Amino acid sequence: MKFGRIITLSVITTLAISGQSLAANKLIQNKGSDTLVNVAQAWAEEYPNVNPDVTVAVSGGGSGTGIAAMINGTVDIANASRQMKKKELKSAKDSGQNPVEHVVGYDALAVFIHENNPANEFSFNQLGKIFGRGGDATKWSDLGLTVPGCDSDKIVVVSRQNNSGTYAYFKKAVLKSAARAGIISKGSFRQGTLDMHGSKDVVDLVEKTPCAIGYSGLAYATDHLKLACISKEDGASCVSPSVATASDRSYPIARPLFMYTNGEPQGAIKEYMDWILSEAGQCILVNKGYAPVRDVNCP
Amino acid sequence: MNHASGQQTGNLPDINQRNADWYIDKIVQYLVFLSGISAIILIVGIFIFVTIEGFGFLLEDFSFREFFLSPWWEPTDDDEPTYGILALMAGTASVTGLAMLVAIPFSLGSAIYVAEFATGKTRETLKVLIELLAAIPSVVWGFIGLSIMNPLIIDLFDVPVGLNILNAGVILGLMAAPIMTSICEDALKAVPDRYREAAEALGGTRWQVIYKTVLPAAKNGLLGGVLLGVGRGFGETMAVLMATGHAINMPSSVFDSVRALTATIAAELGETAVGSPHYQALFTIGIFLFTITFIINLTADLIVRGIRKS
Repeated sequence: MKFGRIITLSVITTLAISGQSLAANKLIQNKGSDTLVNVAQAWAEEYPNVNPDVTVAVSGGGSGTGIAAMINGTVDIANASRQMKKKELKSAKDSGQNPVEHVVGYDALAVFIHENNPANEFSFNQLGKIFGRGGDATKWSDLGLTVPGCDSDKIVVVSRQNNSGTYAYFKKAVLKSAARAGIISKGSFRQGTLDMHGSKDVVDLVEKTPCAIGYSGLAYATDHLKLACISKEDGASCVSPSVATASDRSYPIARPLFMYTNGEPQGAIKEYMDWILSEAGQCILVNKGYAPVRDVNCP
Repeated sequence: MNHASGQQTGNLPDINQRNADWYIDKIVQYLVFLSGISAIILIVGIFIFVTIEGFGFLLEDFSFREFFLSPWWEPTDDDEPTYGILALMAGTASVTGLAMLVAIPFSLGSAIYVAEFATGKTRETLKVLIELLAAIPSVVWGFIGLSIMNPLIIDLFDVPVGLNILNAGVILGLMAAPIMTSICEDALKAVPDRYREAAEALGGTRWQVIYKTVLPAAKNGLLGGVLLGVGRGFGETMAVLMATGHAINMPSSVFDSVRALTATIAAELGETAVGSPHYQALFTIGIFLFTITFIINLTADLIVRGIRKS
């Protein structure tokens, strides 16, 4: 019965090999930024074709969620559309984590208005007056505009919840700049902004509300919205948000997108991060409407 | 054993004997006792947990003036985070206030109808329907606010956004009404029939009997029901989160968007680092909410109990 023995042996070997590959299957937990979640999802879906032994689980929730999870030690990679604050780095160190920052792409932060809104461009100072604390633009007529369908003339200011990276970046880049110019008293948001819990909610609300103005990552823009052309200073020529203007940094509110790992990435996480920064990974990012970290030739 | 009592005392069975029945009896006794006090243990446990989590904030960053008197809630500001809940309290209070304006006439009306007028099948059907209304999940109410009330309010009142006090107030009022109806109906039923008979014997009409006799007699129970509705309004989260517009605001009209205390905790807690001042500040709001609802519910309970005893 030599034949039988060989079969038994080969079955055992196959079992052993498959057992080994099961053991090598690694799960990477990836969480955070609502701006990055779509592209993070696309990376995670594509990656098994590159390395079938690694599974990446992605969830959104906002940059704050990802960073909090990194501090609490519950994720391998945290996505963020803003940098970690000093305080957050400190509390991460205190709880034994060592977040290492990687820039994985750039995003144009678009200012959305209703498609019937006649406005085309806004300067930082105008945005400051609309969004900032103590800003004096509460009606569209304050900006010299008459918006069809907005009979109350009131500007409905749509913002994000205070843990959002998009919120933090808008505040830092636009409102702080307007505050320095003396347009508003303090570089923070006014009261009464509708704080949405995701970029998509902002887009939905602005689409439906003629009086509204809001902001979010460019990748969330739809055809039913108008994207405002933004200038840094009053009277200066404005730049429209697009992948190209975000890539060459000519768009004034383009921001880096970050991924944080705990310590310098090793093993499967390092391979994944390297792949994200490779041409293949960066092309997925470009296809989703973000700007790459370096020049790439995508098909 | 049954005959034993009739016979001589010397033949009485030993009632202290420890057979299986005795053990079962003891075990069931302890189980019932445990489930009886479990609610109390849980409540005390929750209170201790919430207090411990919020305690660090109360000791360090907490300033009574800022917390209760500042309308600025900016816990994530880099330079100087502010933790003022005045605007959030105004939001919760205005939504709950409007909800009660909606719910009191509805619930009182239906309670009077069910308790005093409806009979037989109508009464039973109505009671079941009211209980059913109370069982609708709050996220469904929130969804109604978001997708039905929002465009309706925009059309009817010509306002830019329909997510506001009016929307949340009506939704919350409809949510609180069934519970209030049940309690108010109990209160009306608790009024002895001899009161009604006496009033009728004096020649009172149906309405006079209710208005002059039954309602005053059930006054405490009705008040208790309303207070429980208020407690419900304060504690409700999901529907309020979805229907208010979630805007930190000191409201000046019912068409202003506001933000509730509960909604703030729900929206922000998942995104804070455990143990950070922001996290602890949210728990401090929790302590505040817990205290308020506890006082409201306790008052309501004492009032209802008062009527049952007298």
